[in-house]
Amino acid sequence: MNPVLKLLLEGEPLDTAQIGKILNMGQAAVESQLAELRQQGILLGWRAVLNPSFEAERRVRAVIEIKIRTEGTGGFDVIAERISQFEQVESCYLMSGGYDLLVVVTADNLYKVAGFVHERLARIEGVQGTSTHFFLRAYKKDGFVITDEASRRDRPSVSP
Amino acid sequence: MDDSGRFVAHHVASLPKSGIRDFFAIVSKMKDAVSLGIGEPDFVTPFHIREAAMAALEKGRTSYTDNRGTLQLREEISRYVAQNYGPEYNPEDEILVTVGVSEGLDALLRATLNPGDKVLYHEPCYVSYAPSVKLCHAIPVPVRTTSQDQFALDPAALRAAWQPGCKVLVLNFPTNPTGGTADRKKLEEIAKFAIEKDLLVASDEIYSELTFEGNHVSIASLPGMRERTVFLHGFSKAFAMTGFRIGYACGPAAVIDGMLKVHQYGIMCASIISQEAAVEALRNGRDSMLHMRDKYRERRDFIVRRFNELGLKCHLPRGAFYAFPDITSTGLDSLTFASKLLEAQKVAMVPGTAFGEAGAGFCRASFSTSYERIHEACERISRFLDSLPQRK
Repeated sequence: MNPVLKLLLEGEPLDTAQIGKILNMGQAAVESQLAELRQQGILLGWRAVLNPSFEAERRVRAVIEIKIRTEGTGGFDVIAERISQFEQVESCYLMSGGYDLLVVVTADNLYKVAGFVHERLARIEGVQGTSTHFFLRAYKKDGFVITDEASRRDRPSVSP
Repeated sequence: MDDSGRFVAHHVASLPKSGIRDFFAIVSKMKDAVSLGIGEPDFVTPFHIREAAMAALEKGRTSYTDNRGTLQLREEISRYVAQNYGPEYNPEDEILVTVGVSEGLDALLRATLNPGDKVLYHEPCYVSYAPSVKLCHAIPVPVRTTSQDQFALDPAALRAAWQPGCKVLVLNFPTNPTGGTADRKKLEEIAKFAIEKDLLVASDEIYSELTFEGNHVSIASLPGMRERTVFLHGFSKAFAMTGFRIGYACGPAAVIDGMLKVHQYGIMCASIISQEAAVEALRNGRDSMLHMRDKYRERRDFIVRRFNELGLKCHLPRGAFYAFPDITSTGLDSLTFASKLLEAQKVAMVPGTAFGEAGAGFCRASFSTSYERIHEACERISRFLDSLPQRK
């Protein structure tokens, strides 16, 4: 794997100067590699990973399972791409199994999610049914375990 | 006033305190210090191993075990050692499960040394070797290793250090704090010497899985050595299980029997919970171990390169997770360098002299930490070096 990408995926908060030092390649080279990864559509962008309990005081998050009728509607891609345009939609996946699309949405409150479902989603041609589930509590997010942050605090800072 | 010191035995009172403790006391009170002083894995024990310990508790497996350790664990150890190191040990009477290698080495020394016996070991070395020997009323005989040899033990130096009365030779490859390793050729010469002088070899191979260059060779696997070697190993480093306090000794039955006496009266047995976790580590821990080893290697390459760029000459450690840069170009001795660095830039490194006289002129930097911390530590060290007037 591209060493720059490998380092990014490890999740340490490093800037391009630091990455350059670590990989012994200079900041400019790191930046041009990142530009290339973006150009290739491999690296989509950066987001900070926040503790969901901090976010939860401000936003609610839900997953919505959506059943789709494809006849006469242009197929999954057309519908999924349309749904993905809404800014409330954080991610959108085509799934195997009992429903077709899995959509993660965030909104200020429960009513806004409800509004999104019945005013927006339900009106899209081809959407046959939805099932909405709200997130209650997070235990692990994007590889970060949230519950055991204090687990290593007893480790001595100097040991033989 | 506490005058209870008069009860402490002379040979205990005369032992120096570990040089590491003083640093720990300062660093632990310091805010935003960056510590390169940590002698244990940065990783939490892989979850499947922790889960095995939880399962042991759940099932109520909370009793004593056989003094030697559970037969199940000894069988796994026998298989693992044969597969990865060569020699085959009988789980019935040639394997003893210990509370880490520290207890294993202590039991071995106490089981074999008579007062006045001498013990050869290479220096710089782990902090417990000389004190453990002295606690047996025996005499430590250090053999200096040097950065020119990448801190591998030079058989000629060993021969020169030998004196009448030497009974045991302690080896530790890869070495804490230098990352030194010994290749087959060197080990063969050492083995020949051990046979010639009829030495019992205590081989502490706790870092053996963390060998980055070439293959680790155990001296116990060389011809004529199995019958005079006690192979000491454990789970702390390879499987990030320091807090489980679990290790083992493999060797000829009569020596293991002697160790068993020390162990059974002093310790009884290792914790059954740790023993259950150890079984899981040996059965299914290889992938996580290899993953951690790769991370250590990457961090090693970075820190060693940075030290050399900063003008602190540093050999490439071939194993373990410590860099051991030469700090003599600063004009400071190890302790002064480490103290001033801590005071001025809040970076903790352990002075080489904590690992014996031969460590003078060096400091130990653990790279068992994140890239971010290593990077930050090196930036601070760079600023510190710039501030030194005597810097050449």
